[in-house]
Amino acid sequence: MTTPGMVLRFSVEGGDYAAAGEAASKIKKALRKIGVDAGVIRRVAIAAYEAEMNIVLHALRGRLILEVAEDKLRVIAEDEGPGIPDVNLAMQEGFSTASDLAREMGFGAGMGLPNMKKCSDTITIETTKDRGTKVVMNFDIDDDGVT
Amino acid sequence: MNLRKIQQLLAAEILWGEEILDLVEPRYACGSDLMSDVLAFTKEKTLLLTGLTNAQVIRTAEMIDLSGIIFVRGKKPSQEVIAMAQERNLPLLMTKLPLYETCGILYSAGLEGCSGLPSRRR
Ligand SMILES: Nc1ncnc2c1ncn2[C@@H]1O[C@H](COP(=O)(O)OP(=O)(O)O)[C@@H](O)[C@H]1O
Ligand SMILES: [Mg+2]
Repeated sequence: MTTPGMVLRFSVEGGDYAAAGEAASKIKKALRKIGVDAGVIRRVAIAAYEAEMNIVLHALRGRLILEVAEDKLRVIAEDEGPGIPDVNLAMQEGFSTASDLAREMGFGAGMGLPNMKKCSDTITIETTKDRGTKVVMNFDIDDDGVT
Repeated sequence: MNLRKIQQLLAAEILWGEEILDLVEPRYACGSDLMSDVLAFTKEKTLLLTGLTNAQVIRTAEMIDLSGIIFVRGKKPSQEVIAMAQERNLPLLMTKLPLYETCGILYSAGLEGCSGLPSRRR
C-alpha cells in the first residue's frame, strides 16, 4: 500500500439516479491508482456501489468516505434519512421496501445489505429513526481477495 | 468464443465496440434484469444479457468488470448510455430475441453460466 492516511469523500444525493454510482466509480479508480489487489478492489467497488444506491434509493442525502490505512481499507456510507427500523430484518436476503422505480433500475431486490456484508470483512450499521444511517465496512488488504 | 462469434450467433446489432469484438472473449454469461443479483453472483469476464437499458447497467458492468452487455428483446439504450459504455471501453450488442432464447443459444454453443456448473456442450 502506497498511500496510507489517504481519505476521500464523495457526496451522494437521494433520488439522483443519473449520478448514482459516481462515488463508487471514483473509489474504484482511486484504489486502482494506488495499486490495490484487483480482488480487493472488486469487493470494495461492489460494496460501495450498493451502499451508494441505498443512499440514492432510501435516504435524502449522504456521503461515501474511503479511508486507506496500511493494512486495510474502510468505506463509510452515512446519510440523513429515515433510518432503518429493523436492521436484522433489513440484512435478510430479499427484504426490501424499495419503490417500483428502484426495481425498474435493477435494484430493490433486497440483496444490497447482504452483499455488502459478504464483500466486506466487517460491517457495522448505526441507525436512528428519522435521523439517518451510518454503515462502516472494513476490508483487509493483505488477504487473497476472496469475494 | 469471442464477441464477434456471439454477435453472429444472435444476429445482433452492434451498438458500440465494433473494433474490439474480436478481442473480447467472455468466459461466462449471465441473464438478469436484477443488477443487485448480477453484483452478487457474477464473476469477472462475464457477458451480461439483460432487458434493462438504463445507466445503472453500465455502472454495474464497470464495478465488476463485465466483458460486455447484450440487450435483449430489441431494447435499445439511449445515446447517453451508449456514450457511457464507450468511455468505459465496454462493448454493447442488441438482439431482437427475448432473454430465454438468447441465453439458450449461447449456452448450447458452450458459453458457461456463473454457477460453476459446466455447460453441456463444450
Ligand atoms: N441508507 C438507508 N436508509 C434507510 N433505509 C435503508 C438504507 N439502506 C437500506 N435500507 C432499508 O433496508 C432494506 C434492504 O436494503 P438492501 O438489502 O440494500 O435492499 P434494497 O436496497 O434492494 O431494498 C431497504 O429496502 C430499506 O428498507
Ligand atoms: Mg440496496
